[in-house]
Amino acid sequence: MHGLTFDIAHLLAGSLVLVSFLELYQDRLYALLNVYAAHAVVLAASVAWQAFVQDAPHLYLTAAIALVFKAIVIPVALHRIIVRLGIHREIEKVVGVGFAMIAGIGLVALAMVVMLRVTQDADPLAREDLAFALSVVLLGLLMMVTRRNAVSQVVGFMSLENGLVLAATGAKGMPLVVEISVAFSVLIAFIVIGIFLFRIRERFDTVDMQIISTFRGER
Amino acid sequence: MLLVLLLAPLFTGFVRKVKARLLRRRGPPVIQPYLDLARLMRKEVVLAESASWLFRVIPYLVFSATWVAASLIPTFRTGLLFSWSADLIAIVALIGSGRFFLALAGLDVGTSFGGIGSSREVMIASLAEPAMIMIVFTLALIAGSTQLSTMAAFMVSSAVGLRVSLALALIALIMVAIAENGRIPIDNPATHLELTMVHEAMVLEYSGRHLALIELSSSLKLLLYVSMIACLFAPWGIESADAALPGLALGIIAYIGKLAVGGFLLVLFEASIAKMRVFRVPEFLGAALMLGLLATLLRFVSESF
Amino acid sequence: MMLAAILACAVVLLALATCAIPMAHLLAGARLIYAACATITAISFAAALAHLLGAQPPQSLTLPVGVPWLGAHLRLDALSAFFLVVVDLGAMSASIFALGYGKHEFGRARILPFYPAFLAGMTLVTVADDAFTFLMSWEFMSLTSWAMVVSHHRVHENVRAGYVYLLMASFGTLALLLAFGLFAGPGGLYTFAQMRVAHMQASLGGLVLLLALIGAGSKAGLVPLHVWLPLAHPAAPSHVSGLMSGVMTKVAVYGFVRIVFDLAGAPVWWWSIVVLTVAGITTVMGVLYALMQHDLKRLLAYHTVENIGIIFIGLGLALAFRAEGMVFAAALALTAALLHVFNHSLFKSLLFFGAGAVLGATGERDMEYLGGLIHRMPQTAFFFLIGCVAISALPPLNGFVSEWLTFQAILLSPQLPSWGLKLLVPAVGSLLALSAALAAACFVKAYGVTFLGRSRTRVAETALETDRYSLAAMLLLALLCVVAGILPGLFIDALAPVSTILVGERMPVQLGAQWLSIVPIAASRSSYDGLLVFLFMITSGTVAAFAIHRLASDRLRRGPAWDCGYPDTSPVTQYSATSFAQPIRRVFGTVMFHAREHVEMALPDDSRPARLTVVLRDLVWDNLYAPLAAGIGLLAERLNRLQFLTIRQFLTLVFCTLVALLLVLAVWS
Repeated sequence: MHGLTFDIAHLLAGSLVLVSFLELYQDRLYALLNVYAAHAVVLAASVAWQAFVQDAPHLYLTAAIALVFKAIVIPVALHRIIVRLGIHREIEKVVGVGFAMIAGIGLVALAMVVMLRVTQDADPLAREDLAFALSVVLLGLLMMVTRRNAVSQVVGFMSLENGLVLAATGAKGMPLVVEISVAFSVLIAFIVIGIFLFRIRERFDTVDMQIISTFRGER
Repeated sequence: MLLVLLLAPLFTGFVRKVKARLLRRRGPPVIQPYLDLARLMRKEVVLAESASWLFRVIPYLVFSATWVAASLIPTFRTGLLFSWSADLIAIVALIGSGRFFLALAGLDVGTSFGGIGSSREVMIASLAEPAMIMIVFTLALIAGSTQLSTMAAFMVSSAVGLRVSLALALIALIMVAIAENGRIPIDNPATHLELTMVHEAMVLEYSGRHLALIELSSSLKLLLYVSMIACLFAPWGIESADAALPGLALGIIAYIGKLAVGGFLLVLFEASIAKMRVFRVPEFLGAALMLGLLATLLRFVSESF
Repeated sequence: MMLAAILACAVVLLALATCAIPMAHLLAGARLIYAACATITAISFAAALAHLLGAQPPQSLTLPVGVPWLGAHLRLDALSAFFLVVVDLGAMSASIFALGYGKHEFGRARILPFYPAFLAGMTLVTVADDAFTFLMSWEFMSLTSWAMVVSHHRVHENVRAGYVYLLMASFGTLALLLAFGLFAGPGGLYTFAQMRVAHMQASLGGLVLLLALIGAGSKAGLVPLHVWLPLAHPAAPSHVSGLMSGVMTKVAVYGFVRIVFDLAGAPVWWWSIVVLTVAGITTVMGVLYALMQHDLKRLLAYHTVENIGIIFIGLGLALAFRAEGMVFAAALALTAALLHVFNHSLFKSLLFFGAGAVLGATGERDMEYLGGLIHRMPQTAFFFLIGCVAISALPPLNGFVSEWLTFQAILLSPQLPSWGLKLLVPAVGSLLALSAALAAACFVKAYGVTFLGRSRTRVAETALETDRYSLAAMLLLALLCVVAGILPGLFIDALAPVSTILVGERMPVQLGAQWLSIVPIAASRSSYDGLLVFLFMITSGTVAAFAIHRLASDRLRRGPAWDCGYPDTSPVTQYSATSFAQPIRRVFGTVMFHAREHVEMALPDDSRPARLTVVLRDLVWDNLYAPLAAGIGLLAERLNRLQFLTIRQFLTLVFCTLVALLLVLAVWS
């Protein structure tokens, strides 16, 4: 079963994992947003290929949504938020790049082991794409955990959601309604987060979580 | 064997010319490296008083190690005469021994510049070499052999497919190749400022025919890496060992074309990025190592990755 | 017959040890002893080599000495013969080295009697065939080497080194004793022959592996049991350091191989996971420790830890393959590990002898006070360079061959079905590659700072070349390094009987391959020709040199160094060992060793020199041994109260113990 379709699907899923690693490596906010835009583009390509292979036209719509909203609208909006809030443009990390990379490799290995053992007798193409999707989800979580800056945590959350979309398309069929609702809920969450960030910034003059946590009065 | 030796300075000249053009300069003629080598060979060697016999022998050692390694890479056809005598791991180690001796040369005269170059070079090598070995592992696991000729033949055949680990290995190999050859963003090959030197600092005290050999070795190394990337990831045009003459001529033309494309892409990348601070280089190479490890891991986990 | 010869050699060595007590005070007497040791070990070497190459059947011997109802069983099979070859080669070269080195040795009387005894102990360990003889010889070997470690007892660190060494050695022997006890079982099977046929339960087998790993591993130097190695190996005199590092650690590897591969029967799959994890960590930690050192001998001792890690990686892979029944792959992995045993004993002894020569010529072990020795000690510098190239695994020398074989074994491992191994082996492979690159960095530093550059102190400026015996010993080892690199097929074929008895298969015959290359699996898969690579390099270098000197210029002129136009006459401005290691210390050391640098600059009107302090912490010592020592101290203090009880309280203790034992008897039977 080594046809070209198999390989291209794998290649696109693997590229998504690679771009997640690239997100972990960045230490400047604008570069992170550009990489996130690339993440969304690769997702769109992967979903479009799945639409072609599975002959499911509604997935083309999912790909278009991913491309327009996640690759263009959201990064541009985040860019403007950063400019308006005047956020410090360097991302402070909790652990160094080296450790984050090693932890990332460990998470990918974990995702492989879990997915390939649990789904022993499923369709091989779907299994391995699911493994990649789980890796992307875990890497998005890792990003959220190892960053101090609120905007980079938002980007981590969005790449986590991209992983979920990849998983859903790979498993042959995601009804359009679910996709639209998921996309809208993400949009709402994002708007809410944006509003909160503005309010926090007005109040405390900063969005650095470490400084904000000192206001709890315990330290 | 002779082909790589003759082409190496030409390739370096081509790269410099294209870079100059991209930076809106006229640039030196493409055959300038040949003229430089000829001029250096005829000059008298000025040796520092504290230099030892090792300092004089090292250029020949570095040259022979790099030349032997470069001759083992298939350029326009597989099945080179002694290709079974050293596989890809041995080629990587041969380049490593060239680097070992060059680092020793940096320390030999007893100046601080040599020390800077050598210490930074071994730091870069301590991450670039394992990344290279992991890339070799990935390729060997896909192709079923560590022999370069067998790998090239496998890549030309249709059994290879588009694999994720190949893509990861390609990106990692490009990163390692940039680091090993001392190109921007790791090291600036055209600089003589202390803050930006790695390779140039190690060879600061060399002059005359010794310097000519060292320059030739670094040109050979650049050609080696570009040929390796071409033969493994763009293998179209490599003829099998027993092809007829028109096929071989086509192979040579394809090889030269690949070198031109590779050189142009290298220059494009170099001209559009700034040199990294020295202590960001370990992060860069650490990423290459992680990519290589990930590619190998994927191959171990499943045959279809 | 070979076994009888080897036994006779061991007995003669013990006799030499007793004779050495009166003879040690005269220099001529000391030289006689060392020469006698060299000849005896040469005879033993010849006997063992004949047994190994002739692929002869095992020979056994039982002596009526020792435990009354047991006797002492001795056996010589291919595994013992191979390790005996390694031991005797190291001992021969060390004795030849000592002939010259012994001249500037002080405290000769404290070293000389123990030296032949040490050699005898190592010989007896390799031919022991029952648990008692093995453990007795093992302890004898530890005690004699301990005596030599503390021979210069006026130096405080040597005494501390000896103390830690004795503790770790006793702990290791305890672990081995328990392992043999588990083998012996209720039936009391003490001979190896009986242990081989008895079948143990799987859980006991795992426990035996862990105990063997702890016992043999502490002597070999696996992390975290390695802490004694960098203290004890440098403290001993140089020929003894070379023996301890290059040979005694291999005897420990022999113990592990004998117990786990030969006596324990068929391995279980998870054994290899434990061994591979420990080995991978050992490899990287060893070389990182070595990079931070600027004491030459301590650097070499830490480097031994790294190479032991490489050997155990090969052994772990062999266990994994054997557990899955892939015997050809197991033979490859085992041969890679054993070849590295041989290679490492060669180049580590060579490097220690070089360090000993430098120590004898300058009185300095610290690299920061040396420099420029290549001009003063040219032959030592040349042999040390060969040792450095060999240990950095660079072709065409021998270190590369064993690393190459280990990499080929790793490339066979995707066929292993276990998931743990599928994830562990690539990680271990990357650690192995990382340590190879770091080892090259370490030896660029060691050679460059010690021998190259300009002399940093007066003693380095006025050093003299060592005597011809030391040089002869180094020449012998350097030649063997080159031969083992160029003609590795011979050595691989010599190891065939060993892998046959341990895993049941051998690697394909190497001598028939074209141009003397080595083909570990199949010609289509991979091959390496050391001879051709060597010839190519020599030819291309010579042709280039000849062509350039003839056709271009061959003129040469000496002048001051260019140094970018700022020549500095003070040799202090050149790079020191600490500064050379700074990039790597910053990349790896900040995490592994909590490396911190403090710079104190004087104020502008103050003319004091600036001060750079580098602080490194050994995390293994801080987190494992220091709490352990503190806990034991606390416990000892609490138990001390037992000294001050009244008579009634003592009687109560005795009474309670008696009642408790009677209760146990009542309940258990």
